[in-house]
Amino acid sequence: MEVINMAMKVDPSVKWAGPTRPYDLIKELVIAVVVVCLLAAGLSFLFSSPDEPAVSLKSWSNTNPVDFVNTATSELAGTSTSTGYGPPYNNAVKGMHFGILKMQDWSGVRIPINPAKSFVLDPLANYNDASAQAAVKVWEAASPADQNKWATGYADALGKAKDATQIADPSNMYGPVPTIVTSLLNMAKGGALDGALTTSDSVLPTNFTKPLLFLADSEGYFAAKAEEQHLGGEQWGVMNETGSWPGQSWLWLFSFWYQVEPFKSSENADTIVMLLMGLMTLLLALVPVLPIIRKLPYKIPIHKLIWKDWYSKKL
Amino acid sequence: MSTSWTARVRKATLESYKPEDLLPDTQPAYVASWIYIFGVLTIAAFVMLFATGLILTLEGPAWWHGSGVGHYFNSMHLWSVELFFVFMVVHLWGKFWMAAWRGKRTATWVSGVIAFMASIITAFTGYLIQTNFDSQWISTEAKDGFNSIGVGAFFNALNTGQAILLHVALLPLLLGGIVVWHIILIRRKGVVPPILNDINIDGGN
Amino acid sequence: MHTAIINLNHPAHYFNFGSFSISAGNLTIIVSMIIIFGIALFLPFPKSHSDKK
Repeated sequence: MEVINMAMKVDPSVKWAGPTRPYDLIKELVIAVVVVCLLAAGLSFLFSSPDEPAVSLKSWSNTNPVDFVNTATSELAGTSTSTGYGPPYNNAVKGMHFGILKMQDWSGVRIPINPAKSFVLDPLANYNDASAQAAVKVWEAASPADQNKWATGYADALGKAKDATQIADPSNMYGPVPTIVTSLLNMAKGGALDGALTTSDSVLPTNFTKPLLFLADSEGYFAAKAEEQHLGGEQWGVMNETGSWPGQSWLWLFSFWYQVEPFKSSENADTIVMLLMGLMTLLLALVPVLPIIRKLPYKIPIHKLIWKDWYSKKL
Repeated sequence: MSTSWTARVRKATLESYKPEDLLPDTQPAYVASWIYIFGVLTIAAFVMLFATGLILTLEGPAWWHGSGVGHYFNSMHLWSVELFFVFMVVHLWGKFWMAAWRGKRTATWVSGVIAFMASIITAFTGYLIQTNFDSQWISTEAKDGFNSIGVGAFFNALNTGQAILLHVALLPLLLGGIVVWHIILIRRKGVVPPILNDINIDGGN
Repeated sequence: MHTAIINLNHPAHYFNFGSFSISAGNLTIIVSMIIIFGIALFLPFPKSHSDKK
């Protein structure tokens, strides 16, 4: 029994002139669509899909008012994540970089956000609360030094009190800050702050930058909720889904770098990981020309399983 | 060479391909393994994503939170994504072990990698527009990655309106175009012959 | 509201190997891919009687 299929040597760039078999491309596509449709329908029927309800400034302020007032105070004190972010929101700090590649800085401040103004002062200035509006005016008339003294003092006092949503201020050490923060809390609890932040740039909003940045400044509520669901960065969260549903397993390599040094503790981790993934993608595209890698299919002959029928076929 | 633009486009497109190469009813006899079905299964999953996505567009992004039917189509859309990536990765593994880039098929391999990356980006914008906690968290985390390379100044993950338009309009068009290019390249070059029949390979080289 | 036959709306089980942590759902997907690949390699492919020689 002569096995001659393996002996046929052809130039793979030239159209195949050897034996053929019948093939129904359209039928194959239709069958594939029917099969995938049935699989998707079945999996959906069995497992459904996750829908963890969205949070809001209202839910935040009602569920964890202590965290809310701490975050609002940090916006006034200039210590929140948003305030010290850098481009594209502000120029508070230099952005992340990798060597001379300073793409975050190069992109510039194209989404200008002043957190104290956007998240705290502007909403209150339009809120129907005379004492809040007066407090905002006092803040705006004060010097930066006084503003900083009041806000950082109040932040420290709240931190020491641990579970307080308000600190009494008989000697006016904190200026208008207690009134501002407490009024903002009440505004948020009633739902008006959500509306104020989402409609600040457009009456019919589709852009949720401001409320989301404010929420993202929260550690005790927003980040804590994410960590409960294993979505945190140090929990391989990029790959995960809420509940027990499968997530995005194709992001495994992207998630991996954040778990290991030197990336884990680098202050430029995001830039480095993004660039590294760009490099990985380039290497994948270049597989046909990469030494060693391109020859692996010949060294580890899995192709003998793929073409086992063809290689052993008798003529 | 004709100066007519129409004639030049016709020569570059219709006259470059024989109909029986674009829609063949035969294939080389060596195309006889189950590994070959994963390309068409990936396309089938893409078709399902398109179909279930169209249904989701009919009632808008928030429909599925309050409707059982809407939630079911959201589930079908999500499971089609999982199936899409499962089939695509198995297809990638098969193509690697076949060294399917041989015979001047480098462009086919590269277009496949681009399709892979475009799929990940398209899927990401989909996760952004769920309008639930997951999308809120993903957007606030992902913004850091995009901002770190300067992209966040132009693509704002926190801008749900932008994400919806990208996911429903721009990216499906782009991804669809890349997939069509990938398929045309395969039809143009044919399915790569087996490694042991390759005249350029001598005992593992 | 559509109620799933199998309720996945609870915290996932995670498998931890050193600094590597993966959910049961994701692990199932990845293991399934490997199994599917293996089946595709080993499952006999039907021969067509009208194969041209």
